[in-house]
Amino acid sequence: MKKEQQLDLYYQMVLIRRLEERGAELYQQGKIGGFMHLYIGQEAVSTGLIAAREPRDRVITAYRDHGVALNCGISANEVMAELLGKATGTSKGRGGSMHMADTSKNMWGGHAIVGGHLPIAAGFAIGDQYAGNDNITICMFGDGATNIGYFHEALNLAKTWGLRVLWVCENNQYGMGTAVNRASAVSEMIQKAEGYGMKSSQVDGMDVMKVYEAAGTAIDYVRKNSQPYFLEIDTYRFRGHSMGDPERYRKQEEVKKWQENDPIGIFNKQLLDKKIATRKALNEIEARVEEEVAKAVEFAEASPEPAMEELYSNIYAD
Amino acid sequence: MAKITMREAISQALMEEMDRDPAVFIMGEEVGVWGGTYAVTKGFYDKYGAARVKDTPISENAIIGGAIGAAMVGQRPIAELMTINFAFSAMDYIVNQAAKLHYMFGGQFTLPMVIRAVGGGGRQLGATHSQTPDAIFAHFPGLKVVSPGTPADAKGLLKSAIRSNDPVLFIEHATMYQVRGEVPEDEYLIPIGKSKVQRAGKDVTIVTYCKGLELSMKAAEELSKEGIEAEIVDLRTLRPLDMEPVLESFKKTNRAVVVEEGWKSYGVGSEIVSRIYEGAFDYVDAPIMRVAQKEVPLPYNRTLEQAALPQVADIVAAAKEVLK
Repeated sequence: MKKEQQLDLYYQMVLIRRLEERGAELYQQGKIGGFMHLYIGQEAVSTGLIAAREPRDRVITAYRDHGVALNCGISANEVMAELLGKATGTSKGRGGSMHMADTSKNMWGGHAIVGGHLPIAAGFAIGDQYAGNDNITICMFGDGATNIGYFHEALNLAKTWGLRVLWVCENNQYGMGTAVNRASAVSEMIQKAEGYGMKSSQVDGMDVMKVYEAAGTAIDYVRKNSQPYFLEIDTYRFRGHSMGDPERYRKQEEVKKWQENDPIGIFNKQLLDKKIATRKALNEIEARVEEEVAKAVEFAEASPEPAMEELYSNIYAD
Repeated sequence: MAKITMREAISQALMEEMDRDPAVFIMGEEVGVWGGTYAVTKGFYDKYGAARVKDTPISENAIIGGAIGAAMVGQRPIAELMTINFAFSAMDYIVNQAAKLHYMFGGQFTLPMVIRAVGGGGRQLGATHSQTPDAIFAHFPGLKVVSPGTPADAKGLLKSAIRSNDPVLFIEHATMYQVRGEVPEDEYLIPIGKSKVQRAGKDVTIVTYCKGLELSMKAAEELSKEGIEAEIVDLRTLRPLDMEPVLESFKKTNRAVVVEEGWKSYGVGSEIVSRIYEGAFDYVDAPIMRVAQKEVPLPYNRTLEQAALPQVADIVAAAKEVLK
C-alpha cells in the first residue's frame, strides 16, 4: 500500500476515535439521546476492511456504525449532526446513532436489530446477481449475531444461490455482556461458516494492515468465484456495549490487557518503525482530526432541528 | 368482459407485469418447479426461467429479508409467503424492516416490493394455517395492506402493488381462487387506497373486504327478499384506509354492520366502527354491529370450524338487529 493511503488509514482511525470521544461527552451532556454504541478499540476492523473494497461494493453493518460511516466517506459533520438528531444528519435526524447511511457512498446502514440486516445483505446480492453486475456486498456483524436464526438463513441462502457477500464477523468477545463461550456452541465463529460449506478465514483485528490484506483476499475470492466468504476478525471494544453499560461482566485487567494492543498505537508504531511517517507527520494528522471534530460539533450544534412537517414525510415513497 | 377465476386474474396480473418490467421477479417457496402451492404461478418457471421465478429454501426471514434487500438496490421483487401464517416467522422483516426503512433513513431507501400471502380459514387446515391476521399488519405505518374480494379488483390492485414504490402486503383468500368474476380484457389498474361500493342500497351499510364481500353479497340477496336493501362498501385496502365511501353510505343509511373474517377483538371492525363514530356521530341511528370470527383458535373439525367462522346468516341477523 502506498504511503499516502497508509497515512489516510491512520487519519481515519484517529478520526473515529476522536469523534466518538467527543460524542461520548455530548451524550453525557444530554445532547445525544437514545442508545449509542462506541466503536473505540475496533477502529482497525472497518478501516482495513473498507479500504479494500471497490467504490461499487456495498457496505452494511449493525448499530455500532459510526466508524463504518466515516470509513465509507460520510463526513464527520453529517455523522455528528445525525447523533444530535439534526436535519443535516445522514438520515435527516430520523435514525440517530444506530442508523447512519448514505447510498451515494454505498453505505447502506446502520441496522439496530441484531442479525436483522444479514438477510437484507443477501438481498443486495440477489439484486446485483439479478442485474448481472459484479458488485459485492460487505456485511459486518458481531459475534452475538451468529446465534440468531437470521444469520443461519442468510448464510444458507448465500451459499445455495452463490451470492456475492463477504460476511464479516467482528468477534469482540461479547454479545452485550455475555461472553462468546457463554452464548455460542462453538468458540470460533468460522466453525459456523464451515457448516454451510463456506470458505472462511480469521484475522487479527487490532492490526489494520492485516485486516486490509485479509479483506482484499476475501473480496477477490467473492468476486472471482461468485461465492460468499466468511471472514472472522478478532477484536475488542474498549468501552461498554452502549453508553449505559455497568460492565459487571468483565474485569478491568482484561480491558487493560487489550488496551495494550490499541489498534491506533500499533499502527502508529508500525508507521514509525517502517519509516513510512515521521512523528511530526502523525502529529499533524492528529491535529487535523482535532480540528475536524471540533468543526463537526460546531456544525451539528448550529444545524437546524428537522422541520415539524418532516414528521409525516417519507412514510411512503408514492 | 370475460369471466375468469381469482386464480387466473392474479396469475394474469403477475404475468403482465413481468412482461412489462424486467425488474420484476418472483421468489418464494415452491413458486417455480412446483408451480405455486395454489397453482397461481403454474407455467411461470418454464416461461420465465429460474432467474425470474426463484424457488427459495423454507426460510421466511431470508425470503422477505432478501426481497427487501433486492428492492433497496433497484429490483422489484414479489415475495410469496405460502400462507400468511408464515408471516409470523418473518415478522421482523415485515414490521421492523419493510415498514420502517424508508422513513428511518430519511427517505434514502425505497422498497418497491410486494409480499403475496394467502390467508383465511375454511379448508380444515387447523389453527396454525387458517388465520386472518390482516389487522395486525394494517397496524403499522409504512406498510400498505391490500386484500381484494373480486377477480377484477385482485388483478387491478396487484398490478398497482407491483408498480408501487412502497412495500405492499397483498392478502388473498385460500377459499376464493375458484371464485369467478368479470375482468376487463384491456389493461387496467385499480389504485391502492380506494374503497368501493360493490352493491347499492338504502337501508343498511355493510362494510367488509376479501372473503367478507362474498358472504355479504349473499346476505344482501337474502335481505333483499325481505325488502331490506343493503349497501356494501368493500374496503379493498386496509392501509391506507379510505373511509370516504363508508361515511357517505352511512350518512344515507344511518345503520351499519362491519364484516371481517378475523377475530373481533382489536380487529378491522373495531377500527371502522370507531371511525364511523368519529366521522358521522350525528348520523348514528343504532349501535353499529360487528360480525367476525369466534374468539377461538380455529379447530380442524369441519362443523366446529364453520361454527367459528362468520356465516351469511350472521350477517343477515346483524343487519336485522341494527334495523330494529
